[in-house]
Amino acid sequence: MPSTYTLIKGETLASSAASYSFTAIPSTFTDLVVRTSTRGTSGGWNSVILTLNNNNSSLYSVTWLQGDGSSATSNRQSSQTTMQLDRNTIPSQDTNLFNNTEYYIPNYLSTVAKPVSNFGVGDRNTTEAYIAAMAGLANITSAITSIKIENNTSNFVSGSSFYLYGISKS
Amino acid sequence: MPATYEPIMSTTITTSTVSFSLSSIPSTYTDLRLVLTYLAAGDYGWPSFRFNGDTGSNYSYTYIRGVGVSAGSSRTTNATKLELGGYQDASSTVPSLTIMDIFSYAGSTNKTVLFDYSSDSNGAGSTYRQVGLWRNTAAINSITLTRENWNFISGTTATIYGIKNA
Repeated sequence: MPSTYTLIKGETLASSAASYSFTAIPSTFTDLVVRTSTRGTSGGWNSVILTLNNNNSSLYSVTWLQGDGSSATSNRQSSQTTMQLDRNTIPSQDTNLFNNTEYYIPNYLSTVAKPVSNFGVGDRNTTEAYIAAMAGLANITSAITSIKIENNTSNFVSGSSFYLYGISKS
Repeated sequence: MPATYEPIMSTTITTSTVSFSLSSIPSTYTDLRLVLTYLAAGDYGWPSFRFNGDTGSNYSYTYIRGVGVSAGSSRTTNATKLELGGYQDASSTVPSLTIMDIFSYAGSTNKTVLFDYSSDSNGAGSTYRQVGLWRNTAAINSITLTRENWNFISGTTATIYGIKNA
């Protein structure tokens, strides 16, 4: 039986950048997984803006749950032009401190809307920490061929890494 | 390096059904991951799960969730199935995603599971992280998936992956 959790592309930034994109995603898998380890250049806690297929129409919505160590909050956005994920879990305050996040996109070749699951954490030890779990929806019915990951507040620092995996069910 | 993440079986629903099972799961892996992406006949419902056809009061679960603007946590004990959600989720055009990790599913102790449940329909949405327990020491050889309230419809897919630690 073949291995089905395959690295499509992985890269660590050699210099800071406002965004990172996976393009020309092959149509040979069933699901996609994106794993990132990032830090912002400034602005305190940063978030991620995700765009699929370079489509910036009002096709995105998201519901998020966030914990800050003392309380949990939840909220949502609808009819957005991008999908804001990783809500405030990306630190920029501390050298050598990165957040960790996973995005899961099932059935990315399907002809229906695409759900996205996101789970991210950022922890500054005794100072503060955030954890966020998010449900997103991209009402895009074509196959996903590109994923753009932007920092909503500043740039991603050098050393931030981005990995895209493909999962096959057969 | 050996392959450690392998598809065991996959089902795509072609006819509307309230329940279906994934059976004859081999005991040759360490952990299982079930990925369920589903469409449903109605938008107020949620999936539930049973192992090995057990309908006894042997399940418990605890969740933390965000539903719209409301965050909360709760638990249920001595349940007859593992239920997820409880609010609007998938519709006939908007799929929901459930990922269930089952740890040491072939071991001789009770079985712990971890759920990632994500559902958003541009107007309502919920995200859950949930831990579940099946108080049974038998190896898991089948999983029955049921949609509470409305049926699963065509386009629903469920895939079980086997994960090895060696």
